[in-house]
Amino acid sequence: MRIVKHKIPSIDGRGIMMGRPAYTDDLADPNALIVKILRSPHAFAKIVSIDTSKAMELEGVELILTHHDVPRKSFTRAGQGYPEPSPHDKFILDEYVRYVGDEVACVAAISERMAKKALSLIEVKYEVFEPVLDFEKAYEHPSVIHPEEGIYEMFPIGFEPKKNVAASYQMEVGNIEEVLKSCDVVIEESFYTQAQAHAMMEPHTVNARIDFQNRLVIYSSTQTPFHVRRILSQTLDVPLSRIRVIKPRVGGGFGGKQALHGEMFVSMVTLKTGKPSKINFTRKEVFESTYTRHPMRLDMKLGAMKDGTLKAIDCYVLSDTGAYGEHALTVFMVTGSKVLPLYNKVDAVRFKGRIVYSNHVSAGAYRGYGAIQGNFALESAIDMLCAKLKMDPILFRQKNMILEGQTSPIFEIMGEGTEGTAMIMETCKLDFCVKRGMELIGWNDKYPRVELGNSKVKAVGMAIAMQGSGIPYIDMGAATIKLNDDGFYNLMVGATDIGQGSDTILAQIAAEELMTTVDKVIVYSSDSDLTPFDTGAYASSTTYVSGNAVLKAANLMKNMLLEEAARALKVDIDDIEFDGITFQTENQQITLSALSNRLTYNEDQKQLTATGSYVGTKSPPPFMAGYIEIDVDKETGELDIINYVSVVDCGTPINLKLAQGQVEGAIVQGLGMARFEDVKYSSKGSLISNGFLNYKIPTTKDIHKLTTEFAESYEKSGPFGAKSVGEIGIDTPPAALANAVYNAVGVRITELPITPEKILKGILEQKQKEIHS
Amino acid sequence: MKVQFTLNGRNRIFEVSPDEYLLETLRNNHITSVRNGCDESTCGVCTVLFDSKPVLSCTMLTARVDGHHITTVEGVQNEVEHISHYFGDEGADQCGFCNVGLALTLHALKSEIKDPTDEEIKTYIVGNLCRCSGYQAQFRAIKRFLGDQK
Repeated sequence: MRIVKHKIPSIDGRGIMMGRPAYTDDLADPNALIVKILRSPHAFAKIVSIDTSKAMELEGVELILTHHDVPRKSFTRAGQGYPEPSPHDKFILDEYVRYVGDEVACVAAISERMAKKALSLIEVKYEVFEPVLDFEKAYEHPSVIHPEEGIYEMFPIGFEPKKNVAASYQMEVGNIEEVLKSCDVVIEESFYTQAQAHAMMEPHTVNARIDFQNRLVIYSSTQTPFHVRRILSQTLDVPLSRIRVIKPRVGGGFGGKQALHGEMFVSMVTLKTGKPSKINFTRKEVFESTYTRHPMRLDMKLGAMKDGTLKAIDCYVLSDTGAYGEHALTVFMVTGSKVLPLYNKVDAVRFKGRIVYSNHVSAGAYRGYGAIQGNFALESAIDMLCAKLKMDPILFRQKNMILEGQTSPIFEIMGEGTEGTAMIMETCKLDFCVKRGMELIGWNDKYPRVELGNSKVKAVGMAIAMQGSGIPYIDMGAATIKLNDDGFYNLMVGATDIGQGSDTILAQIAAEELMTTVDKVIVYSSDSDLTPFDTGAYASSTTYVSGNAVLKAANLMKNMLLEEAARALKVDIDDIEFDGITFQTENQQITLSALSNRLTYNEDQKQLTATGSYVGTKSPPPFMAGYIEIDVDKETGELDIINYVSVVDCGTPINLKLAQGQVEGAIVQGLGMARFEDVKYSSKGSLISNGFLNYKIPTTKDIHKLTTEFAESYEKSGPFGAKSVGEIGIDTPPAALANAVYNAVGVRITELPITPEKILKGILEQKQKEIHS
Repeated sequence: MKVQFTLNGRNRIFEVSPDEYLLETLRNNHITSVRNGCDESTCGVCTVLFDSKPVLSCTMLTARVDGHHITTVEGVQNEVEHISHYFGDEGADQCGFCNVGLALTLHALKSEIKDPTDEEIKTYIVGNLCRCSGYQAQFRAIKRFLGDQK
């Protein structure tokens, strides 16, 4: 391959670093009204009265919206396939407020100062209720978070709002109770994961205007422009044909922008005033009032035989969706479906639980999407089982893990909100990843620990992971390629580059098939008026689903070119050789440039365009093995991450450097969750960790060394052999770190993040036990 | 109030309110390369050069800039384009939202510290947060860029 699997620089990095206008707010109308949101100071309350008269008297205040002024129509902010598997439990503005930071009113004014002043003049009286701040007590709590009428599920998802249940699910293969009884060894443990923040560098932002055709034009920093258009239309009763959603450059998403957060407000302001408007979330609002990862409690029970054969996995999960049920069921199901098949030879597996409401910030999509939570619990539990069996954790995994050519019944049983799709692992290089990672980390020299003296100890730990590549039969991507005079192409995709580099890798796929270079493929993403449909950037679908659509479009375009060349040269199509530049027969030739000019200006004039669409019939998982090396100080519990080794099977990496960037960026986000990112709420339910000062994300000083390699792998159903690579990297760090800490000091941390305090507490408790025994 | 300063080598006069921050003044005057990441001096996105030193424009009052030199990437285009090639080669640019601020910080680092150690580089750029890259590719690009300046 000439273009694919090479180190091509991203097509946009230079212009962005040079400061070209690119992001949503760079493109806002300079005269846009500034939209600000009045947010709830209470975790759970009902608005008894709201008086906006003093605020409206301010000069420069154009509009104030309260729950009296907006359509009473429930919807979900989640940007997902339609009908959504998330309950419709949100109103644009409601008489109830369900977390500290929930929307109370919306102000539009001519300046930021005026808008802020107006917020302070709105008088609200609340009836304050007892909030549900502990999700383990949410089920059938006397405080019902969604008591209102008019909310519903789109299809059965176990929605029971009167019990504070957003969704529930259960499945079982084999008879779990009986198999567990027959096991030689059984371990049982509960694990807790926290509400990690996405912390993308660009805060949420969206602006709106009405154009000269009287249409609503939205510029949004979104992962899902087409879902934004649909949800706006459905909720605001504006015809779909009257809405245009443009996705400019997006400054990071990670799932946090797979939802509507400001879109409703700027749309309503602009529709009501006729004037352009914009909203820029403050960093505090991003933390307090957008999305988090779903916090979970995972109760694991594993059973095995003395020879190290894993027989049973029983998993009960309680997930906290916060105030609204966005992505509640689907994240929960991925916790099982993209984790449990790793050990496909068990006799019985059970996965059940519920997703409950609480009066915390709403949880939503976040890279890993449940798999990181499930991976932390299962891969920690596997090491606990190995300790009890006195068996090497790598040997145990090699004996029990999924391999190429195998399958798991879970693929067919569990999809995302619905049933799944049966599939066989056509590519699974997990065995290679495990072996290679062992070499790269120096496992045999360092496992389980090396005493360094001065109370320091070095240790290693590991975990394996899988993810998916899009959602079969649901996620659709499409691409259109247009030929221009002089012989270059436009590639128009609905696929959403949010910084992961999809514009570049999709250009590479087109260029490879058209045998040209990346600079001859001009990419445009995404604009609901101009680009074909794509579900958006989520579920690790862009390379596999949208990439396949691009490949189909490019192949169609190539055939069209050959037909036109045959016509121009008056020969049979089979007599032409095309190398991307020149069409050659035995004794004549025409260049692509000349052919394109001929088609534009001279003879047989026509515009050539080709559109390809793709919807997956399976979701080939990428796999990886993650190994961590740490140094721990036994006196203080302090730990230093020395090296993180990732060996990844993502099929063909379309762009080696960008794929490596996806893995390493995800590893460091995963390490953030594993090690640093502590979420703290006050006793009244307000988020304390609501800025970078009190919510620490990894900095350049926290990362010493990342070692990343790709397994040789070719997935036949993917474009040029590719699977996905966007999420897989985030899954292993929590379990790998927990396992390494155990190997270092014998302390098993079951609650993230793994802080020095928790490690030291464990060490001290051990010492206490030793004294008493 | 009137504030006068040199913006990218040219003398400019701006009418601002006393509580206005430089980030706002610049964006209101079409310097959209300077962007807001956190509005509380914690992320490095809004970095500009104040008399050649990196500062955070989101918490720098415009009034304080009076009589000084402010440089944004518009003022060092050739230099930043040069840096961007190293980032491209290493695959270090993802969403790019932090890259403008980082490029300006690197520009300052290069002239401020000769032959910096790895630790000195990391200390200098630690305030430029990035959530995409995991820092490894960035660091490789920065090392190569600085190495080639010798």
